[in-house]
Amino acid sequence: MANLSVTFCGVTFENPTVLASGILGVTASSLKNVVRNGAGGVTTKSIWLEEHPGHKNPTMIGTEHFFLNAVGLSDGGIKKAKEETFPEYLADKPAPIIGNVIAKSLSDFEKIVAEMDACGPDIIEVNISCPNVDDKYGKPFSCSVGGASDVTRIVRSATKKPLIIKLTPNVPNIAEIAEACAKEGADGFCLINTVAGMVIDTKLRMPVLTNKSGGVSGPAIKPVAVKATYDVFKATGLPIIGTGGIMTGEDAIEIMMAGARLVGMGTMVYYRDVAGFAEVVKEMDIWCEKNGVKNLEEIIGVAVKK
Amino acid sequence: MNIEKFDSRFEILPIKEIIDENPTTKTFVFEYPLGGKPGQFIMMWIPGVDEKPMSVAFDDGKEFWVTVCKVGPASEALHLMKVGDLVGVRGPLGTHYNWGNGDHLALVAGGYGAAPMYFVAREAVKRGCKVEFFIGARSKDLLLYVDKISKLEGVNLHISTNDGSEGRQGFVTVLLDEVLAEGNCDVVFTCGPEVMMKAVGEVADKHNVASYMSMEKYMKCGIGVCGQCAVDDTGELVCKQGPVMDWKYLKKLPEMGKYHRDAQGTKHYF
Ligand SMILES: Cc1cc2nc3c(=O)[nH]c(=O)nc-3n(C[C@H](O)[C@H](O)[C@H](O)COP(=O)(O)OP(=O)(O)OC[C@H]3O[C@@H](n4cnc5c(N)ncnc54)[C@H](O)[C@@H]3O)c2cc1C
Ligand SMILES: Cc1cc2nc3c(=O)[nH]c(=O)nc-3n(C[C@H](O)[C@H](O)[C@H](O)COP(=O)(O)O)c2cc1C
Repeated sequence: MANLSVTFCGVTFENPTVLASGILGVTASSLKNVVRNGAGGVTTKSIWLEEHPGHKNPTMIGTEHFFLNAVGLSDGGIKKAKEETFPEYLADKPAPIIGNVIAKSLSDFEKIVAEMDACGPDIIEVNISCPNVDDKYGKPFSCSVGGASDVTRIVRSATKKPLIIKLTPNVPNIAEIAEACAKEGADGFCLINTVAGMVIDTKLRMPVLTNKSGGVSGPAIKPVAVKATYDVFKATGLPIIGTGGIMTGEDAIEIMMAGARLVGMGTMVYYRDVAGFAEVVKEMDIWCEKNGVKNLEEIIGVAVKK
Repeated sequence: MNIEKFDSRFEILPIKEIIDENPTTKTFVFEYPLGGKPGQFIMMWIPGVDEKPMSVAFDDGKEFWVTVCKVGPASEALHLMKVGDLVGVRGPLGTHYNWGNGDHLALVAGGYGAAPMYFVAREAVKRGCKVEFFIGARSKDLLLYVDKISKLEGVNLHISTNDGSEGRQGFVTVLLDEVLAEGNCDVVFTCGPEVMMKAVGEVADKHNVASYMSMEKYMKCGIGVCGQCAVDDTGELVCKQGPVMDWKYLKKLPEMGKYHRDAQGTKHYF
């Protein structure tokens, strides 16, 4: 058996699969169930300072090629995370936990990261892909070098824990954004968030999602995720949770070759059920065996060096 | 890996018929081969309003019914719709009730739970089952499906109301207790408020009869992705492991009969 364990920002994961934010992440029981099913680590839903209602249904729709969602980041707020989710998860902590946070303004980002720090996650992941209110165009912070730097600078001052920034692929040059975050002290990245998309019901002649547009995830976005990982790894060399369309062990190996150190999976559970985590890990192991890889360290970023 | 062909897009269907059941409940009929089994549910999209989980109240392979109680914005919007209006449907989703030919079933319904229990009864009598049908409500005018149920052959109807305006006064579990004491029933199925179902499970246990129930937890996707309907403390999903679940499993859950969660995942105690 190959050694599938990896160290990410000083935190050891038994295997590189991580539950992506927003999938099966409402409660500690659910996160623990994902670990029981084979995940090497878990990420919480994006957590706000206050309760956040999210959008009305339809918020999700799937086809064999892609999944589209506009859940709208519904969440019970940091109070629920602090009183319920984290204490319950950490009581018998089965695997590392990444606390994902979100806010609409710089000052709220500073507050939520400080609050999250106190919850005791292993790593803090900052979702800067939500439209911000400080920018007069309501653009996500992650859409500009300036916005991404500003958030990173302010959240860096609020925690000493490993800090990673979750980036959107909906930009012309993701590497440039990543470099800006790196300069302000980001320890790594999670990428990609979903790709902007829409589905229209031809019979009703209207968008299916109540929010009209949403984010595409699943098989269709894997090449986008692989390229984004490749570009960011090449530009920064920092650890990356490669996320987007990873469905199989071979997909996981592929994105690791692009520079991912951990592999995020969300939509995979739609196609393979939560049990898919253990299956993907097994498939990775089989791949390593067949290809003479004894330690996953051997493959991280190999494609970038060629 | 062989990714199954997955498609959770909506089937857009016109409402074929609307039946007024009681002052707050209507049945919507759709002509479409849904293929739903008793206990399964669909996600119903009311365009421009919302999309909500609803039990399949009947399905004969040609048409299916959904019985909806008016409780808030989405169900109210549906109640305002007319024959011919379009809704979106995806499903059938989740688990269903199972029984053997010739079994003696005890079905316990509370509120709109009468609809899926009626579907069980209608299918079961076709397969030589005997059915004890218990139906409870606060008062007579809130009883649902009584006419339809009484028309089924092989079904004994047991009614109770809290105010005694129809049938026996009190909780439906008292009637269930008496009938199970006779020792003839093979299994209990129940659909209704969670606190009622818990009491039903306890009565079934007292008589050593297995019981299964339709769980209702907040659902968004209905397809095992969002995690909204995960139960404490197993973290398993009601939309996939359920909605029909074994009381043997449910009774060990710390949240059973105690609390549920809303769209933000915040707990609310019953
Ligand atoms: C598997 C399943 C089967 C169901 N079958 C039926 C049925 O056959 N007939 C029927 O009338 N109702 C059924 N329901 C409940 C129905 O989904 C809610 O009553 C309805 O969504 C209420 O929406 P609203 O906007 O009218 O009211 P709201 O004001 O939004 O909600 C009223 C109450 O309904 C419940 N509810 C609201 N949204 C949801 C949701 N997405 N999932 C679960 N519960 C919710 C909550 O407890 C809430 O307090 C079922 C629920 C589930 C989970
Ligand atoms: C239903 C759903 C909800 C999501 N919610 C969040 C969220 O709350 N925060 C976040 O940073 N990303 C969220 N995402 C994005 C995922 O974490 C992930 O980046 C994206 O889906 C691509 O990976 P996948 O193809 O493996 O799903 C969500 C994705 C889906 C499908």
